[in-house]
Amino acid sequence: MAERMGFFTDTSICIGCKACEVACKEWNDVPDDGFVFRATSYDNTGSLGADTWRHVAFIERPSEESGDGLDGWLMSSDVCKHCTHAACLDVCPTGALFHTEFETVVVQADVCNGCGYCVPACPYGVIARRERDGRAFKCTMCYDRQLGGLEPACAKACPTDSIQFGPLDELRARADERVATLHEQGRTDARLYGASPDDGVGGDGAFFLLLDEPEVYGLPPDPVVTTRDLPQMWRWAAGAALSLTGVVALSFLGFSDRGRGR
Amino acid sequence: MAECHPVGFQWVVEARARGARVFHVDPRYTRTSALADRHLPIRAGADIVLLGALINHVLVNELDFREYVLAYTNAATIVSADFRDTEDLDGLFSGFDAGSRKYDPSSWAYEGVDEEPAAGLRGEQLEGGAHHAEVAGADQYGSGGAREQASPPTDPTLRHPRCVYQILRRHFARYTPELVEQVCGVSKADFAELAGAITENSGREHTTAWVYAVGWTQHTVGAQYIRTASILQLLLGNMGRPGGGILALRGHASIQGSTDIPTLFNILPGYLPMPNAHEHQNLDDYLKGAGAETGFWGRKRSYMVSLLKAWWGEHATADNDFCFGHLPRLTGDHGHYSTVMAQIDGTVKGYFVVGENPAIGSSGGKAQRFGLANLDWLVVRDLTLVETATFWKNGPELATGEMRTEDIATEVFFLPAATHAEKEGTFTNTQRLLQWRHKALDPPEDCRSELWFYHHLGKRIRARLSDDEIDRPLRELAWDYPEEGERAEPSASAVLREINGTGPDGRTLSAYTELKPDGSTRCGCWIYCGVYADEVNQAARRKPDSEQSWVAPEWGWAWPANRRTLYNRASADPEGRPWSERKAYVWWDAEKGEWTGHDVPDFELTKPPDYLPPEGAVAEDALAGTDPFIMQADGKGWLFAPAGLADGPLPTHYEPQESPVPNLLYGQRANPARRLYDRPESPYNPPESPRFPYVLTTYRLTEHHTAGAMSRPLSYLAELQPALFCEVSPELAGLVGLVNGGWATIVTTRTAIEARVLVTERVRPLRVQGHTVHQVGLPYHWGWDGGGLVTGDSTNDLLPIVLDPNVYIQEGKAVTCDLRPGRRPTGPALLELIREYRDG
Repeated sequence: MAERMGFFTDTSICIGCKACEVACKEWNDVPDDGFVFRATSYDNTGSLGADTWRHVAFIERPSEESGDGLDGWLMSSDVCKHCTHAACLDVCPTGALFHTEFETVVVQADVCNGCGYCVPACPYGVIARRERDGRAFKCTMCYDRQLGGLEPACAKACPTDSIQFGPLDELRARADERVATLHEQGRTDARLYGASPDDGVGGDGAFFLLLDEPEVYGLPPDPVVTTRDLPQMWRWAAGAALSLTGVVALSFLGFSDRGRGR
Repeated sequence: MAECHPVGFQWVVEARARGARVFHVDPRYTRTSALADRHLPIRAGADIVLLGALINHVLVNELDFREYVLAYTNAATIVSADFRDTEDLDGLFSGFDAGSRKYDPSSWAYEGVDEEPAAGLRGEQLEGGAHHAEVAGADQYGSGGAREQASPPTDPTLRHPRCVYQILRRHFARYTPELVEQVCGVSKADFAELAGAITENSGREHTTAWVYAVGWTQHTVGAQYIRTASILQLLLGNMGRPGGGILALRGHASIQGSTDIPTLFNILPGYLPMPNAHEHQNLDDYLKGAGAETGFWGRKRSYMVSLLKAWWGEHATADNDFCFGHLPRLTGDHGHYSTVMAQIDGTVKGYFVVGENPAIGSSGGKAQRFGLANLDWLVVRDLTLVETATFWKNGPELATGEMRTEDIATEVFFLPAATHAEKEGTFTNTQRLLQWRHKALDPPEDCRSELWFYHHLGKRIRARLSDDEIDRPLRELAWDYPEEGERAEPSASAVLREINGTGPDGRTLSAYTELKPDGSTRCGCWIYCGVYADEVNQAARRKPDSEQSWVAPEWGWAWPANRRTLYNRASADPEGRPWSERKAYVWWDAEKGEWTGHDVPDFELTKPPDYLPPEGAVAEDALAGTDPFIMQADGKGWLFAPAGLADGPLPTHYEPQESPVPNLLYGQRANPARRLYDRPESPYNPPESPRFPYVLTTYRLTEHHTAGAMSRPLSYLAELQPALFCEVSPELAGLVGLVNGGWATIVTTRTAIEARVLVTERVRPLRVQGHTVHQVGLPYHWGWDGGGLVTGDSTNDLLPIVLDPNVYIQEGKAVTCDLRPGRRPTGPALLELIREYRDG
């Protein structure tokens, strides 16, 4: 197994140019996502989905001091988190979703049968089915490029290095330093999201430096792998099944007893 | 910068990571503001007041870098007693002729210039008078260097009332923080923070840079915006030093290259002026008016003769004036907008449009299209069928009934072009850095490079030439570029080599100082001489930064002579020592007797700091060892420009042509020398008109490219910004009744367009002269066709045609408009609406 690779997206230096969105689509041959003016700041692709694997969110944060005006324009390039414990993979009945040697999560389009179980399983709402195709698509962290020793297209295109690609351990160390630097500069709102292996998904392979609460960026504050409770549920189910068998058996016994008693 | 030059902006991000503070001055809060330390919203069209107040702040508090200012600028130079300032004449400088609306600049000269003007000033004076009112002498300013004496009288104590320093103090005395608040809408506190930051960050140990793009240039005072920044930077000692300068963010790819090897009507390669039909009968006449005799323009004969030799080869000899007579001549202003008016008037019959889309991209779209419709023939070369090529079948004037297809006789030739990835050549970027690009793939089908087009067009024309004298210039033209491949593509390397130039032995030259006035050298563009030194394409060098110094001299090639920072003699003190260790860049090595440092010194290598020019010296020999600005006649940075500008020796605040407020400083409201075209095709909104109460400013978005021909047909870009929108503050939306995501109609006297509404706090109302001024932002990437997956109305249709008098740039960044909720009327009803606004 190769080293675990990941993305560190430092939103404090994102300029919202969307080069990541374009580079991703160019390399991966992802179709356009429609031509819809959304009137939501400069975001017209809306969210991650089958046809948008990198998505730049634009948040015009109102000023708390004066009640009018602006307290910054947050920009953040969102992407599949490549969870350590990936629910999409857990629920995939065909094995189309798998963990690569880089510990990233990839859908094999030629194996996917379009059942769509992965879609509600994702705690971030990342993976989706392409309407006119039926199969599920999402970021592969440019698996093919990685196999060729190249960094993913989005990271390559990012002019400010807001998107950094590399061994996850190195990225986490670099991110910790970056947060410390920002805190020293008085930007105490800087925080990491998805960097901790102890979180509900066992840590993200793609994590972020945010300048506000995750909800502000449209990210779940405390994501949990949706299949976390499955083993327990199975245990319960097994227990329940056993109990039920017992009850049924007893009931038969009871019935016969009663019958006998009659 | 983050919006329009995101790749270059990475270096601003890098600078911030190293502790730089970034201020962003813009009417709107943009993607640049988001990454700046401070955003200063400003009323569009008011920047000279902001910059002028910074100059005043420096002067009043004596925060200038005095040693630098005394040695390297013309602060001490004494100006003619005839000069009168705008403070004396209520907004006019001396020499203004109200009839021709032009200046005679003779009273702006340094003291000691004869009453009878020197030969060099004559051209400018003629231009100022009615005699040559239509001859655009101002076209030649900035090319060839404005003339002045090499050693004018000075007062190093700076006390003489007519020295430049004192003139500056008086001129900018009323540019105060209070005025900034009144005119720009920038608060005194914000101004104080900006003024403190730039002055604290200038001097021996620190430098400050100003970065601008068309937000500064597209004004009737565009050139003077840059002049104001120049004065400030010279006072603070920020020119010719690392981390300093005034950095023009040029348009995309190679706009710098297209002025060096010009696509402009008024200059030849290397900023040599275009000859004039009425004044320049021969080479000697031309050279007399073509710039200064002192400084490096003193070698202009070598530059020009070498150019003529490059173009006409063995036919160009001393006996025939090196074929100077073969060059086309100017008869006046042939700028873009004058050409359009001449099309409408029927005097321009044919038109080449190459990689542009003026039907969408130029101001006053209706006038553009009326011009196109009145041509005999039109050649359009582009990647897609742009609106300029299809106006006759689906332009907006057909819908309104102003044009009918059957009435348009223009024969349109559309020729598909190769993209940048499908041809080789160089890009010249804003740092004057030439970078060679290799061809990635062949262009499809009939698409061809510009080089192929002009080369083969030239060949075909030459095959049809007669023996008549009129065809001689083309017959004798050196047109022998080697061809490569099945498609006979001319060799771009061979063209670059010709531009570089060759010596008598036929080998490439290494530097423009090797050029000779006797016809023994050839050079297609003197400032590019050296790009093919040693027969090597120096622009193709790609040595990684890790393998060379931080100046990276072996990445590409920068003109002139591979210098990365111009005028870098100023990075050392008068004695030749670095101003500080921290800012050491080039310096004098006394032991070796030469200049050395991190960059190629922009100075004669062995001219010592204590060199004093002998009497009567010419060219660079006339400049002292302490004169860093070697292209200027006196070697000094010009705080005051005694010649060279059409609208005054100093920048002065004028309101834009269309403005909601009066000029608080002067009775003279707008630039008196601005170029107006008051015609039915391009009327103006009246100033301070309640019918047009809002300020409109236009701009580009990261997601699109100019008029959209390179982005609207691409789904990956079109989906990111699929519709024309206007940006308005919540206050203005409430006032007009606009709804986020709904529609708005934007109206000027030119036309009305519709756009989706984006209500945003990023646009803020400003308090100006006691009034609330609302600004409306409009990007301009959409058009009705152009192969676009997304279409929309054209913003530039709203703009007036009124120009800066120096460079004829249109005022696209500050006009007035009205705003209405809902979509615009269509058909003849649109004309009815505009008529109401004009007459009402």
